Amino acid sequence: MSRARTNPLNSVAAHAALITYTLIALFPVWVIVTNSFKSRRAIFSEPLALPDADSFSLIGYQTVMRQGDFVLYFQNSMIVTVVSLALILIFGAMAAFALAEYRFRGNTLWGLYLALGIMIPIRIGTVAILQGMVATGLVNTLAALILVYTAQGLPLAVFILSEFMRQVSDDLKDAGRIDGLSEYRIFFRLVLPLVRPAMATVAVFNMIPIWNDLWFPLILAPAEQVKTLTLGSQVFIGQFVTDWNAVLSALSLAVLPVLVLYIVFSRQLIRGITSGAVK
Amino acid sequence: MHKPRSRRRWHIAVFLAPAVLVYSAVMILPLFDTLRLSLFTEGPEGRVFAGLANFRTLFGDPNWSRQFWNALANNFWFFLIHMAVQNPIGIALAAILSAPGLRLAGFYRSAIFIPTILSFVIVGFAWKLILSPIWGIAPSMLDAVGLKSWFAPWLGREETALTTLALISVWQFVGIPMMLIYAALLSIPDEILEAAECDGVTGWSAFWKIKLPLILPSIGIISILTFVANFNAFDLIYAAQGALAGPNFSSDILGTFLYRTFFGFQLQLGDPYMGSAIASAMFAVILVGVCIYLFGIQTRIRRYQL
Repeated sequence: MSRARTNPLNSVAAHAALITYTLIALFPVWVIVTNSFKSRRAIFSEPLALPDADSFSLIGYQTVMRQGDFVLYFQNSMIVTVVSLALILIFGAMAAFALAEYRFRGNTLWGLYLALGIMIPIRIGTVAILQGMVATGLVNTLAALILVYTAQGLPLAVFILSEFMRQVSDDLKDAGRIDGLSEYRIFFRLVLPLVRPAMATVAVFNMIPIWNDLWFPLILAPAEQVKTLTLGSQVFIGQFVTDWNAVLSALSLAVLPVLVLYIVFSRQLIRGITSGAVK
Repeated sequence: MHKPRSRRRWHIAVFLAPAVLVYSAVMILPLFDTLRLSLFTEGPEGRVFAGLANFRTLFGDPNWSRQFWNALANNFWFFLIHMAVQNPIGIALAAILSAPGLRLAGFYRSAIFIPTILSFVIVGFAWKLILSPIWGIAPSMLDAVGLKSWFAPWLGREETALTTLALISVWQFVGIPMMLIYAALLSIPDEILEAAECDGVTGWSAFWKIKLPLILPSIGIISILTFVANFNAFDLIYAAQGALAGPNFSSDILGTFLYRTFFGFQLQLGDPYMGSAIASAMFAVILVGVCIYLFGIQTRIRRYQL
């Protein structure tokens, strides 16, 4: 890198700006998590202090564990997110392969049709989605949420994956055909393993919005048995709004899973964004 | 399908079918069904066709139209704050991050992105607690820099609630423009910047004259993504202020208005037909925005072949 573009003064200013903004970004999370380990009195008297031997208390977590079924909520969120992602990836990859690999009448039209959903939010159709779920008896089931999130994730998945599938070498696929592989085997055995990085990008993009969604759980699956973690913590906090220990603990418990997911996948996510997957 | 391939190529249909079926059944058909339902109303014997009556109520009845225009105007203000605060901050952070040889860039990037991965519920309640006059974190921090008199219960006042919520949302999502612009800046070839350097264009003027024109298409994409996200926003306002979008509807936007109308609140019963009418209006707003972007902006932005 050329030296003309860096001088020490600039770099100090750059670090100062970045540190300031990092503090702004992390401060609220920090305050919530540290205070969740304090007694009620310490929360109010010394909100910015770290918990010490005197002020340390797990009473909030005890209330949360006694009153809210957070293990069940977590399990529901997990099922919905994992199954939706699996369906988005497999259905999206199949459709992307059909559009990228074969020339057939209506190819462009199907592509455009599937791309519509990238710009139009699925929430606009909520009234009719709820009626459809009522008619098919899917209200208050995890299946309703899985269907909605799959439909919501497919357009972008097809778009990104078909871009990548066009880059898979034709020679490889033709070699497979000469060896007598069926089109299905060519897709599952040859093409899918090659687009695995793109599939990971699609999965990471979809994971966080599905996990964090409040609208559809609230409307399609509000029953206790099928509450997701996001809806569960919303309802719990609404009921315990004056019990600050419980609220702070519930918030910390809700932060934890996404934070773990983020730490595990952040490299993938950042590589996905910066490799120009969204253009 | 010519002679060499006379057999029907069923596998194409098999590959396309699952995605097309789920997408059509759960997204496209309900979308059009919602538009259709906005033309019906509840009669004494079930659903009856009502033509444009719902829209006449929505725009003509003073009770409804006041709420609708309030929500729409609030929504525009919400969007404007995002455009005016979120995107400049995102671009500035990306510009600083992309400086060559910056240490810890990966750490800053990951840390600043953390709020974006949190759910609206966490973000809404966390800020509600921090800004709460009862807890006193915000006033005592302002006190530390000598600005205690600035403090007010911002979320509880009609004049400031919406702006405060918009700024919370900006805090949450600044990571997205930052990442996209960062990616665009990294894709600018070094030769261009070095050529500019030879001509004496460095530092700030290099940013304004060379980099900014090159990342304009990315800024355009960010703007339309922000627009669509803002005009179907709901979660943050619902988590922080409840379905009534208080105080006195001052933070009501189209998403919360739709939710209240569709599900009912307090004494008002839920009305799926008026709900559909509001959803149709939202659809129209988003469609107009996307068209302005596609035909008005995207085609005019000059793109440079890199």
